[in-house]
Amino acid sequence: MLLPALLGFVFVLSLVIQQFELLDPYVQLIIMYIGINIILTLSLNLINGYMGEFSVGHAGFMAIGAYVASYLTVKVFPAHTVTWLFPVAVIAGGAAAGVIGLVVAFPSFKTRGDYLAIVTLAFGMIVKSAIENIDALGGPRGFLGMDKLSTLPWVFFWVLVSVWVIRNLIYSNFGRGVLSIREDEVASDLMSVNTNHVKILAFTVSSFFAGVAGALFAHLLQFINPRAFDIIKSTDILIMVYLGGIGSIAGSVIGATIYTVLLEVLRPMGIWRMVFMPLVLVLLMIYRPKGIMGLKEFRWFIPVRDLLASRIWREKKVVT
Amino acid sequence: MPVLKASNVTHYFDGLAAVSGFNLDLETYELVGIIGPNGAGKTTIFNLITGVYQATYGNILFEETEIVGETPSRITSLGIARTFQNIRLFKELSVLDNVRIAHYARVSYGPVEALLHMGRFRKEEEEIIGHSMDLLAFLKLESYADEISKNLPYGLQRRLEIARALATRPKLLLLDEPAAGMNPNEVGQLMEFIQWIRKEFNLTILLIEHQMHLVMNICERLLVLDFGETIAEGEPRDIQNNPRVLEVYLGEVQC
Repeated sequence: MLLPALLGFVFVLSLVIQQFELLDPYVQLIIMYIGINIILTLSLNLINGYMGEFSVGHAGFMAIGAYVASYLTVKVFPAHTVTWLFPVAVIAGGAAAGVIGLVVAFPSFKTRGDYLAIVTLAFGMIVKSAIENIDALGGPRGFLGMDKLSTLPWVFFWVLVSVWVIRNLIYSNFGRGVLSIREDEVASDLMSVNTNHVKILAFTVSSFFAGVAGALFAHLLQFINPRAFDIIKSTDILIMVYLGGIGSIAGSVIGATIYTVLLEVLRPMGIWRMVFMPLVLVLLMIYRPKGIMGLKEFRWFIPVRDLLASRIWREKKVVT
Repeated sequence: MPVLKASNVTHYFDGLAAVSGFNLDLETYELVGIIGPNGAGKTTIFNLITGVYQATYGNILFEETEIVGETPSRITSLGIARTFQNIRLFKELSVLDNVRIAHYARVSYGPVEALLHMGRFRKEEEEIIGHSMDLLAFLKLESYADEISKNLPYGLQRRLEIARALATRPKLLLLDEPAAGMNPNEVGQLMEFIQWIRKEFNLTILLIEHQMHLVMNICERLLVLDFGETIAEGEPRDIQNNPRVLEVYLGEVQC
């Protein structure tokens, strides 16, 4: 009960901050970047961390979400309704990315590991060059005209939704299927797990949230171009996942936060920043390959039913 | 009615016959052993029955349903479960989760209910935890429920693998070298354990084993494989004295 109350408070706080401009716009911007990166990191962690596959094309899903949502708010929705229809645009962006996520789910039935990584890499490239060649979306020049619809409360809301839904997925039958694919796919199949169904669900949910993050990103920056969603972007998300820790919601939140803040704090270093950050990653891989929270979880992200499963069972036994 | 009926099952790896013309009838509640030298094709037979490999030709009927061509998960949910020669637990997961995963096919809630933790989700999840803990308790693994499975001692990992297989509610259990790496004392306990679970869960069991002591004592029938072919079949006593079997195991008898 404490957690919902706390989250409600933070949400109201974000509304108040936005309404009365209590925070420096720059700080607000950074906080929103952190939020968007948390969603992206969670989304990729589902595939790379929990399922143990290796996707390097997540920026592709993000691009789909960004462009679909932007196209809707700029070209489709009447201007005066845009503020109200923004959630619809975000969901549409996520849904479009989710559907395209199937395109990657199907090759994953037969292919895994390095080979699937190459499939996702190719997917990312296809999305980027497809957008570059669609004139209605501005081609390589990019797409603009979006209002600044991504606000602190909206970003916070979507972070909550993604944390909640991905946690729910992980602590369900399908989530255990996802974990068992990481541990041993053949054994998983032989223990009655329909691995194809599980992969479809994981890729759909993951790409949905990557699309949502893209939609929020586009309406924060108010300008997108295909180069913003290239392999470098995918690599950024990978770094946040492995920094925070694979297979962990807490890790995703920590990884995205640290990385985003570090990038900002180190801005005065100029170009050296791009030396420092990879160096951090190299050291991390050597000394803590699973990341800060690898395969661990904060207690409050775990449903009580799962956290205390054996204890609850024993207590019931004593009663009966 | 046989539980499992394999007829003329043949499997080629790149033109090399790993198993050829394999026939097997398993009656309900039978305990049958497959023996043979390394590379004889024993594990391949398990992989063919469970759908990991597709037979090049031949039929396998499980309770009169053709299972060649079905996916492993489908075959498992029909009622065939197995363990592995090299333990293949979900290493980083808890003992309880290992067993819970094997309940996959029995869940009826869909993805939406799972993502929202609503509807049938709550009730079914609680049932799965209940069943899993009951099963662990029955197999005396309950006190390890929250341990990460790779941290269990070897013997308990073997037992957990059997527990996980039982969680899929099999009618036919395939045990691939259950006694591998065990000392004689542990093998003795394992023999009792196998007979006990057969009785408690009303199982038909097919097992691969190298420890002659074990197969001779508990199996009602034995099949001997060599280079993918069945060279002998019968009661353990007869197999022991079968000249072809002796030849395969001990080399040709020179006078």
